[in-house]
Amino acid sequence: MNNEITGAEIVLKSLAEQGVEVVFGYPGGAVLPIYDTLFKQNSIKHVLVRQEGGAIHAAEGYARSTGKTGVVLVTSGPGATNVVTGLTDAMMDSVPIVCITGQVPQHLIGSDAFQECDTTGITRPCTKHNYLVKDVNKLSSVFHEAFTIAQNGRPGPVLIDIPKDVQFASGTYEEKNKIIIPSHRLFEPSPDFEKNKIEEAVELISKAKKPIFYIGGGCINSGPKASTLVREFINMVGSPVTMTLMGLGVVGSSDKNSLGMLGMHGMYEANMAMHECDVMINIGARFDDRVTGRLDAFSPNSKKIHIDIDESNINKTINVDVPIIGDVKQVVEKMITVWKEKKFQIDDKALKLWWDKINKWKQVDCLNYNNEGKQIKPQYAVQRLYELTKNTKTFITTEVGQHQMWAAQFYKFEEPNRWLTSGGLGTMGYGFPAAIGAQVGHPDALVVDIAGDASILMNIQEMSTAVQYRLPVKIFILNNEYMGMVRQWQELLHGGRYSESYTDSLPDFVKLAESYKAVGLRAKTNDELDDVITQMIETKNTVIADIWVTKEENCFPMIQSGSAHNEMMLSKDQKQDKKSAEKGKILV
Amino acid sequence: MNKSVYASPDQVSETKRHILTVLVDNEPGVLARVIGMFSGRGYNIDSLNVAEVSNDENISRITIVTHGTSEVVSQIEKQLLRIVPVHSVTNLDQEGNSVEAEVALVYIYISETNKKKVYQLCDLYRARKIENENNTTIFEIAGASERVNRFIKEINEITKVEIVRSGPVAISSIQKNEEE
Repeated sequence: MNNEITGAEIVLKSLAEQGVEVVFGYPGGAVLPIYDTLFKQNSIKHVLVRQEGGAIHAAEGYARSTGKTGVVLVTSGPGATNVVTGLTDAMMDSVPIVCITGQVPQHLIGSDAFQECDTTGITRPCTKHNYLVKDVNKLSSVFHEAFTIAQNGRPGPVLIDIPKDVQFASGTYEEKNKIIIPSHRLFEPSPDFEKNKIEEAVELISKAKKPIFYIGGGCINSGPKASTLVREFINMVGSPVTMTLMGLGVVGSSDKNSLGMLGMHGMYEANMAMHECDVMINIGARFDDRVTGRLDAFSPNSKKIHIDIDESNINKTINVDVPIIGDVKQVVEKMITVWKEKKFQIDDKALKLWWDKINKWKQVDCLNYNNEGKQIKPQYAVQRLYELTKNTKTFITTEVGQHQMWAAQFYKFEEPNRWLTSGGLGTMGYGFPAAIGAQVGHPDALVVDIAGDASILMNIQEMSTAVQYRLPVKIFILNNEYMGMVRQWQELLHGGRYSESYTDSLPDFVKLAESYKAVGLRAKTNDELDDVITQMIETKNTVIADIWVTKEENCFPMIQSGSAHNEMMLSKDQKQDKKSAEKGKILV
Repeated sequence: MNKSVYASPDQVSETKRHILTVLVDNEPGVLARVIGMFSGRGYNIDSLNVAEVSNDENISRITIVTHGTSEVVSQIEKQLLRIVPVHSVTNLDQEGNSVEAEVALVYIYISETNKKKVYQLCDLYRARKIENENNTTIFEIAGASERVNRFIKEINEITKVEIVRSGPVAISSIQKNEEE
């Protein structure tokens, strides 16, 4: 009996043994015992957010910038339902999260008690796995399994729902190394996994005349070593490489092989190269619809290699020729070994012709925009932000919309884990709390949330969090008073009827910042921009920089919904094409 | 495959019936995880059967009858395997030899005029009388789904009936020790 401790103590002990340094959360009735235990210890720091939705995005930002697991602690009922968006976001973007929710005592479960909800039922489809722990003696093993599942294979969110009586009950703690997790509950490839496929793939690459690497977020999830290996392999092959929104940073923007981002708002040369390549090497990407465009016209003449840790991504939307299931760093390491052992050499002449063609596409200068006049163009604002921050260790987060795409196009990432954005779910309101999480993980780094005026209002309450913990997060608002991406689609697909996409009565962002005791700055014209950015960087507090940009700028290039990679729309031909507009209207 | 909104309309292969056997840890919520995956991703369940099969290991066997193109069914199998408590997924149609059966309980309204015909038909199909109190007659018929279908069709032509069916369960008839 002597070594029995309470459920709440087991929770904290498990977190400590798992190496957790910080928890993002919000207290409430059903988690009070855990908060009481938290109060009595000093090893784990707690960041109090202002709404649970902020906690989970902060944990995502922390996880993606540090490579560790993000931990969230919230109460039952509304506490749990408020994290559903963030769980879904983490599920889509493969972010390791452990979310602890309080639950009403077991004897009240099912009675529609105060702040009761079926948390495991609600979160089942938006978590990798979830638990309702009814026995205090199982609590520690559940925690250790939850952390392993969150990190193992394709990472994702795991939720642990703990009834209040279990938090009070006494039980025994079991250490991490005493827990045996059955292999079927994890992804564990054998060492020789897919060896033949790897050899087949490498040979295919060596025979390519027009190869392209298509890199996704899986390379970042596989750890920094994966990026190093991917860069090394691409250099050995000499092939062009394009990255998805989630994959930016795996290969540096300045790398001679990089064509930048592909997809709906990707680079013209990247999309054209995807369309015309003869061998496509997909590493850690999943043929998302924002990337592929119309499926029946997607890269019609290529052999496709697909490396993914999640077998369900293989042949889900695009049929591939050589699927390899495994972790990026292990697979690519083997690919490099095979390439060297067999002394493979790509056809230099063909490769040169391929690069010549790509360089012609580059001359289209797809990111070109008209930068005349005194008004700040949003693209220019991001370019200046990049120029003035490129020599500092900088993390960029974004919300969702036009500003997100401009950030992806104009901010140049040289390293992985520096770019945090909601890709799969497209969650407005992600960027600011994610920046808070990133800043908690990297107190000395510069963290900038490139935001839109609409998105930032979705989690603006976290200003209070940032100021409380003295987190010098910078919010860089590209303010056009519109939900810009919605307006752009209405312009292209709905006859220019701007239904509810104009935000009237926006707050004065400078005064808003000041009301939180943060610093507010504003730039209205080009000649004020650099000063504002410099001042923003040099300020040691939380800053909102309100950048007034031209209101009706659209984000180009663009593959309209229902179109193919070789049917890109450039800013110069921005007029409505009726036929594709009708087709595209029904799509998302 | 081609579940995306960007999909081309041409069908890749024909829709077929498949029987999937899913071995799972017998823990709370596991059935909800499995059927939630089907409804959430828009797959079909024609019938479903769950029972614990092994006492010592706490494992349940879920038998699911579904239909779809081979691409869709292969995606279903992979999605099932992503569920943490799932041990294995077997598509019995791809295994080749498998045996399937289901049970139906049929409440038959018998009168003097149809009694002889009913009993003849039940004899023919080897339907077993399992309840005979107070003139209620409940028959049990087991076997492949087509056989049960035929029986129900024929008995329906004779008299009014009420039916409950278990949905098929199936097992591979390939010797296990060959695989090992």
